[in-house]
Amino acid sequence: MSAQETQIRSDQDETLLSVDNLSVEFAVSDGRIQALRDVSLSIESGETLGIAGESGSGKSTLAYAIVRYLDNNAHVPEGSIEFKGRDLLEMLPAELRSVRGKQIAHVAQNASRALNPSMRIGKQIRETIELHQDVSGEEAQNRVHEVLDQVNIPDPLEVAKRYPNELSGGQQQRALIATGLACDPDLLILDEPTTGLDVTTQAKLLDLIEELKGESDAGILLITHNLSAIAQIADRVNILYAGEMMEKGPVDEVFTEPANPYTQALLATTPEIDSQKDLRAIPGQIPELGSIPDGCIFADRCAFVTEECRSGQIDMESPTPGHQTRCQRWETAVEDPIKSGTKTARTSSPGDVILEADDVHKHYDEGGFVQNLVRDHKPVQAVQGVNLQIREGETVGLVGESGCGKSTLGRTFLRLHDPTSGSIKYRGTDIASLSKSEMKEFRSECQIIFQDPDASLNPRKTVKRIIARPMEMFTDLDEDERNARVDELLDQVNLSGDLKTKFPHALSGGQQQRVAIARAFAANPSLVVLDEPVSSLDVSVQASILNLLDDLRDEYNTSYLLISHDMGVIENICDRLAVMYLGNVIEEGPLTEVFTPPYHPYTRSLLSSIPSLDPHEDDTRIRLEGDVPSARDPPSGCSFHTRCPQKIGDVCETDEPKLETVEQTSNGQQTHCIACHLDDPEMSKPLDEPAENL
Amino acid sequence: MNYLYLGKRLVIAFLSLLVVSSVVFAMTMALPGSAAEIILGTQQTEQSVQQVREEMGLDRPLSERYVDFVIGVFTLDFGDSLISDQPVTEMLIPRLIRTLQLAVVAMLLSIVLAIPMGVIAAAKRDTLSDTAITNVSYVGVSLPSFVSASLLLLFFTTGPLGIFPSGGYEPLSEGFIPWVRHLALPAIALNFVVFAYVLRQTRSSMIETLESDYIRTARLKGLAERSVLARHALRNGLLPTVTVLAINFGWMMGSVVIVEEIFSYPGMGRLIVQAIAERDLPVIQAGILVPTAAFVFANLLADVVYTVLDPRIELGEK
Amino acid sequence: MSTEDTTTVGSFQLPSIVPRLLSNRKILVGLTVLLPIIVITALGESITPYDPLQTHVADKYAAPGGQYLLGTDNLGRDILSRLITGGQSSLLLGFGATAVSMSAGVPIGLSAGYLKGRVDEVLMRLMDIMMSVPVLLLGILILVALSSNIVNVILAIGIVYVPRIARVTRSATLAVSEEPYVMAAKARGESTSHILFKEIMPNVMAPIVVEGSIRVGYAIMIGTSLSFLGLGAGPPHADWGYMIATARLHIYQTPWFLLWPSLALLVTIMAINILGDGLRDVLDPRAMEGEL
Repeated sequence: MSAQETQIRSDQDETLLSVDNLSVEFAVSDGRIQALRDVSLSIESGETLGIAGESGSGKSTLAYAIVRYLDNNAHVPEGSIEFKGRDLLEMLPAELRSVRGKQIAHVAQNASRALNPSMRIGKQIRETIELHQDVSGEEAQNRVHEVLDQVNIPDPLEVAKRYPNELSGGQQQRALIATGLACDPDLLILDEPTTGLDVTTQAKLLDLIEELKGESDAGILLITHNLSAIAQIADRVNILYAGEMMEKGPVDEVFTEPANPYTQALLATTPEIDSQKDLRAIPGQIPELGSIPDGCIFADRCAFVTEECRSGQIDMESPTPGHQTRCQRWETAVEDPIKSGTKTARTSSPGDVILEADDVHKHYDEGGFVQNLVRDHKPVQAVQGVNLQIREGETVGLVGESGCGKSTLGRTFLRLHDPTSGSIKYRGTDIASLSKSEMKEFRSECQIIFQDPDASLNPRKTVKRIIARPMEMFTDLDEDERNARVDELLDQVNLSGDLKTKFPHALSGGQQQRVAIARAFAANPSLVVLDEPVSSLDVSVQASILNLLDDLRDEYNTSYLLISHDMGVIENICDRLAVMYLGNVIEEGPLTEVFTPPYHPYTRSLLSSIPSLDPHEDDTRIRLEGDVPSARDPPSGCSFHTRCPQKIGDVCETDEPKLETVEQTSNGQQTHCIACHLDDPEMSKPLDEPAENL
Repeated sequence: MNYLYLGKRLVIAFLSLLVVSSVVFAMTMALPGSAAEIILGTQQTEQSVQQVREEMGLDRPLSERYVDFVIGVFTLDFGDSLISDQPVTEMLIPRLIRTLQLAVVAMLLSIVLAIPMGVIAAAKRDTLSDTAITNVSYVGVSLPSFVSASLLLLFFTTGPLGIFPSGGYEPLSEGFIPWVRHLALPAIALNFVVFAYVLRQTRSSMIETLESDYIRTARLKGLAERSVLARHALRNGLLPTVTVLAINFGWMMGSVVIVEEIFSYPGMGRLIVQAIAERDLPVIQAGILVPTAAFVFANLLADVVYTVLDPRIELGEK
Repeated sequence: MSTEDTTTVGSFQLPSIVPRLLSNRKILVGLTVLLPIIVITALGESITPYDPLQTHVADKYAAPGGQYLLGTDNLGRDILSRLITGGQSSLLLGFGATAVSMSAGVPIGLSAGYLKGRVDEVLMRLMDIMMSVPVLLLGILILVALSSNIVNVILAIGIVYVPRIARVTRSATLAVSEEPYVMAAKARGESTSHILFKEIMPNVMAPIVVEGSIRVGYAIMIGTSLSFLGLGAGPPHADWGYMIATARLHIYQTPWFLLWPSLALLVTIMAINILGDGLRDVLDPRAMEGEL
């Protein structure tokens, strides 16, 4: 192509990056994995393209393919990646290096690992600047401070001198983005920028990305599993499933009128706050990419599938210009879309108190004898005086950001560790004083399910042994009876009996969690603690697990203590809710009461930090300043006063507010309590009240 | 620098030495044959044994002797040799200096050779040079020092390659060349296992570093591989090597016993071997405690160096 | 990346583990060399061409080849025969000492790693103190106090390496003991011994097996070194270390006398190390090098 032609081409076509018919394969010991197949996308300058996909969709592979950073066993059989008219796949290494970091910046996920731990933040940013730009000395240093300022890091001069481990998770992510922005790239690739961050931090980070969009005309490729992040930020969205593009189009259109069954199902299965959404689970699981079946890759899980979907090549079709879907039956799908149902409110009539926390404190890392002798060693005060009751047949949610002490409290409830002070009472008796046989009864009555299903099953035991073990311990069933019960349980958690002889690693994450659930229910417990039961699962699997837990609760009349950071999950399943901040319960009450005014200022900001799936929703969210203070040295008075947008004065710093009843239900049993110095009208302002009026 | 942490480490080092010296005392007490009998050899009578015991204070209660011993250890007074009557400390110091020369030269050899080879093997993983280096390291870690020393002796002190003396020591004051000629073979023999070990350790920790996320970040900044290695990988990848070097110092302090014996190198190790043969208790005690102390302080030093190099470690918070 | 292998590495299940092990080149090489050595030394005197103790005065310093395949020593004893029987004590020492270290080190490491707190502190400080004495010197110390027979030598070397096994076990246990499945067992009210030996131990075996296999090589190294110093099992258990010690005195007359046992030692330890390396690649790929 002559220089003139290039000129013409770039005038006509603003396309910054265009990926055409890209396929990526990985050679593995028993064949090959076709991670990406026939993927095309394009981004223009100044545009933000969101790539949505669950794990195994190949979205990160796509990001690495664009910067040509694939593992040695990867192979690109076909396709092209044109960046500003040049094919990246044809570039020589030196050319590629001059593009990387300068024109295309890749911001990896998991910032805490992606930053060099032994190099100061400033130096890591400066390195990129000095590599690609002809600046040095003070000028380079100024540029470092400039980009740190650009990503809203307070006190850039100070932060530039710090090492990564001295920053909070949110700040590390910002610093990594700053590294990417250092040379004013034409294309910024953000790979899962919000994963692993708390909702309030996540909300601020999304604000930042939106701000960056306005400031520069760089194209942004936002890769995430988080659909609401895309709804908030992206202009266009591409939906990736099992290595294929399922749907592409403007965010407005795709989110409001999805023309692909997968997109529809994905939206119907994503929990949302305050929408009474009855989650629709997607049956089945993402296929293995070793051998790709003929026809549509989603056919096995699709509600609209017909015989013709299972053969031939499925091409992209266009419902409207600029909107494409890989589905032959999109018209049917659009006419009668998959929608989530409306949840019927659960009526629970709580019985006696099963477990009760009475002024429970739990401190960690209290220091050795010498440490305490030599200086004032401060323990981590994970739980600071919590009172909470769980009654028969009710589901209590425990919500808060990471480090608030919710998991510690959950484990203290089951006496996985002893409280530092205070007591846990099981049906009225302190569990510390239970006799051996009473303790055994307590153990059989109270079970726990953990976040990471892969780790919660002993890898060296078969499914059958795992599920049968509680029966051996707590029941008189003989072996045949136990076998029969294992079959029954597997059936109840919708697993095939063939899995009995399998080891956990042969199961998918969702299946593993079902086995963990079956184990928890094996001895007919009256209470199950659910510690983030779905947060490590893909959304499409999450819904089916939540629905299963819902069904089992009705069947066994079990109480749950559901620990979660995800308000959507909490809302879906809980009757009552306790909100924790820095070891304290700051609000407690029936779900509907907590979700409506009056609010504790922290609950208010939590609720308003949750991004919505609706791209049109007005953004009136409240942003919390700073990070959660250290639990070694919690603030005086109200522990939230350092970040509270509604702080009223000195009283917040000196006096610790008590949980006080703000509302009472008719039967007098369920009350709504808030620990805050504010008066009722202040707390009762609606959620969408602009922040400056608070 | 956190002085509390350093203080704590010092206390632990001190305690280790205390415990080790107690154990050494207890175990040498269990030796067959009393010290007095050893001194008198074949000319002993019951009366003379009793007399010598009194002279040496061996008739005093065990507890008193233990306290004396421990105080002696920390004031560097190990008593007199049973054989030569010389104060042990006096015998020890010149030999310790010779041994340390040997150990330091061997250590430098390891650092200069093993670390670069380990880095190259890691950077060129699975290539021919990696395979060659890895295979060399297998031979190294599998060759006990008495074997490598004997073989060096066989090949380099006689015959066409016999360019080194078969043993002995020349002080540096006698000139650099004689000094090196006498030091070379024992240093190489001492270095063999350590060299291979440091190499393997460096290779595997560099490989781990090169697979980490921040190396990917550096490459995606557009840095050339050479800069990635120099600026990002080396510092993090070589950190574990600091600890490994200290551990190897301990290994060397043990191996000198054999290497010095084979090359008739008049150092600590040779002294210990001789003392064992003669059952010269105070010398054996000192011969075990002094290298142990050297090793304990090498570890302490490594800890300090490590914490200076690695900003991630919050001293005292561990 | 989407190529992630979902099978758990670091734990293993029989029998699927056997083909996986045998498909590793290092393991194959190690076993191919090591197994014949073990078999030959185990057969010992039943296959030696001569009585290893019998002296042939007329054939002193006989060169290799000829009547005596590997030559004879200063007393005219057949070196091949001595090599075969000498290997017995060297190998016995290696495996025996490792068994001793494992049987003390594994329970120590498990308890320290799972019980944490005071128990951990005390046990590990103790191990640190043991490790502060250079390995060979500690062996010497123990053998100066105990008399030198094969049992004591095995015991001494076993004790020397207890801290290494304990540390490896502890760090593996530490990682596993926070796993939810251990929590789940605790929440079920399982006994501490059930948790230690049924839940945790099977999942920390991989690094222990790897460490143990490498330890065998080091134990042989230390054992032969001690016997080289005259602190070994001694005659008639003339192991390779003792042979090398004797050979050194006649090094200029009969270099092969030195070469054969050296070669035997090198090949054996190397095979063990290669095998250990292969085991690590398969069972515990993220582990670092063991300690000397």
